[in-house]
Amino acid sequence: MSYFLRRLMHGTFLLIGVSILTFLFTTLAPGNYFDEMRLNPQISPETVAALRAQYQLDRPLPMRYGRWVKALLHGDMGFSFAYNSPVAPLLWVRARNTLLLTVMATLMAWGLALPLGIWSATTLGRLPDRAISGATAALLVIPDLVLAIAMLILAVRSGWFPTGGMASAAVEGLSPVQKLRDLAWHMELPVLAVVLSALPTLVRHVRAAVAEVLDAPFLRAAASHGIPRRTLLYRYALRAAANPLISLFGFSVGTLLSGSLLVEVVMSWPGLGPLLLEAILARDLFVVIGGVLCSTVFLVTGNFFADVLIYWADPRIRSQADA
Amino acid sequence: MMQRGRWKRWLVALAILHGIIGCAGFFAPYDPAEQDRERPYLPPMKIHIVDTTGHFHFRPFFYAVHLRDGSFDQFEESTDQVLPLHFLVSGARYRFLGLVPSRMHFFGASASRIYLLGSDAYGRDQLSRILNGGQISLLAGLLGAGLTLFFGVLIGATAGFYGGWRDGLLMRVAELFMALPWLYMLLALRAFLPLTVSPPWAFFLIIAVIGTVGWARPARLVRGVVLSAKERDYVRAARGFGAKDDYLLRRHVLPETSSVILTQAAILVPQFVLAEMTLSFLGLGVPEPVPTWGSLLASLQQYSVLVSYWWMYLPALAIVPFFLGYLGLASALQQDAGTEKIEKATSGVR
Repeated sequence: MSYFLRRLMHGTFLLIGVSILTFLFTTLAPGNYFDEMRLNPQISPETVAALRAQYQLDRPLPMRYGRWVKALLHGDMGFSFAYNSPVAPLLWVRARNTLLLTVMATLMAWGLALPLGIWSATTLGRLPDRAISGATAALLVIPDLVLAIAMLILAVRSGWFPTGGMASAAVEGLSPVQKLRDLAWHMELPVLAVVLSALPTLVRHVRAAVAEVLDAPFLRAAASHGIPRRTLLYRYALRAAANPLISLFGFSVGTLLSGSLLVEVVMSWPGLGPLLLEAILARDLFVVIGGVLCSTVFLVTGNFFADVLIYWADPRIRSQADA
Repeated sequence: MMQRGRWKRWLVALAILHGIIGCAGFFAPYDPAEQDRERPYLPPMKIHIVDTTGHFHFRPFFYAVHLRDGSFDQFEESTDQVLPLHFLVSGARYRFLGLVPSRMHFFGASASRIYLLGSDAYGRDQLSRILNGGQISLLAGLLGAGLTLFFGVLIGATAGFYGGWRDGLLMRVAELFMALPWLYMLLALRAFLPLTVSPPWAFFLIIAVIGTVGWARPARLVRGVVLSAKERDYVRAARGFGAKDDYLLRRHVLPETSSVILTQAAILVPQFVLAEMTLSFLGLGVPEPVPTWGSLLASLQQYSVLVSYWWMYLPALAIVPFFLGYLGLASALQQDAGTEKIEKATSGVR
């Protein structure tokens, strides 16, 4: 089990590194929330100084970091100046929504990329492969920002989809099943936008990984022994191709998070993205740090999940870890 | 067989695209900041070659457009006022390539302004704004990529060439930067820089932010190449003859990294153009009234614009040919590097 422990340690180091990095940025930053308050003639300089002292912005950096970490371990993520409320509950709701969008998008993107990539790799150079490669190339040259805006325009023009948010106005009076359907209806376009922006790279990687394995000597030997194609593909090729794909899964979490951030802002999905953007515009320090940290937690979790998968799929790692 | 040298074609296509944007002042019919309050949100004007009486004209022409009486956003063509299209006309002052003052424009009409791609809320010509906005977006992408590659090569070469604790530390930090979702990182970095700054400062700020975010991947790739290059026999021989570190790096090791750097550049530039677009779109980049591809799209965040004025979406499409070009260039370069590797390997066997 030392393998999992090591992976967990790695994730923790990543989190600590990110938190230090974001904290470092805050000191390099000229101006904060209270600087704008200082311009307001109705607020006395003493009040601003007192507020700064209250939030310990006047202390040296290592001390502030230490206090922040201590508070964090007690579940306190600091205070939002703009919302005038603790950050943690604020983040929690938004993080849940982002998680919903990203997890759905991840599942769908991989659910589509795997069959498409495998199909493409097994028909290398023939019609299905050409069609899939052409489609991914076309999707690849459309930047995610353009795609998200196009989706929004589709929603607005056609009226088939809601133009934002994640619930209808009358959602309170609905039964649980109807609520779920309402949520699904609101999710369709954002999820589609994230999936389409991540899909081409994934399909290409799956295709390359499977095609490489199919060309490997052991599979050629197996094929010449007369083992049927289907068995060959599902019993042997996919298991051998799984390893690089699982590492790719870990990386794809970050891409999908970035993609969903943009989609959230464009389609006003109430996730971390819009909150983070508002916080940046309002110089709401702790919300920004909390939001970035939240995304890192998602990422570390996704990577850890990939580590678990690879442990399960790759006997080499198992034997190394248990030895 | 894989074809080599395909990258040249992509490079020519990209050079043409960049040339058009570089000479934006010439190809744009008007000054991007010039307003026309009589014609806000004018739809793209139609080019005619057959007039209302059915006569064919060799010179394409437009009908002048004005607001319909009693309306504030409905336009109609007045067929009595013909605006013939002229090429190489004299118009608003600009500086050709930012240096030579000139008044020559590629096309225009004499009597009234023509809007090939419509106008925005202030009646500014959308085509002129897209062309001029491209200059800023592309420059941000190019300079950002240059900065990133500079950091990447510096850090990668240090880590690979000197090794030891430097290598360990730098690569751990690189892992950190590579792990983070880049958009979150971009926003976090931008969050702690001043919000309201003058356009030139905003421009440099963006380049600095974009340039700091992406160094990790090129650094790792360069490190890998440097690691193998410094163990080559001729490098060892040079070292044996008493060559200093900086000579070895400059003369023998860094030239080996050139193909990696070129490929990375082709991958990074479009990404960074998009990063500028995203930041400006979100209101964190170069502010109005300076046009960039991102700030031109920012108006789409207003619902009314999104619903009614489809031509405001056109700036988004401007980036697509550039994406295509850079993508083609990157994959052609990668393919060349791949075949080169194969050729090297097979020639070694023989």
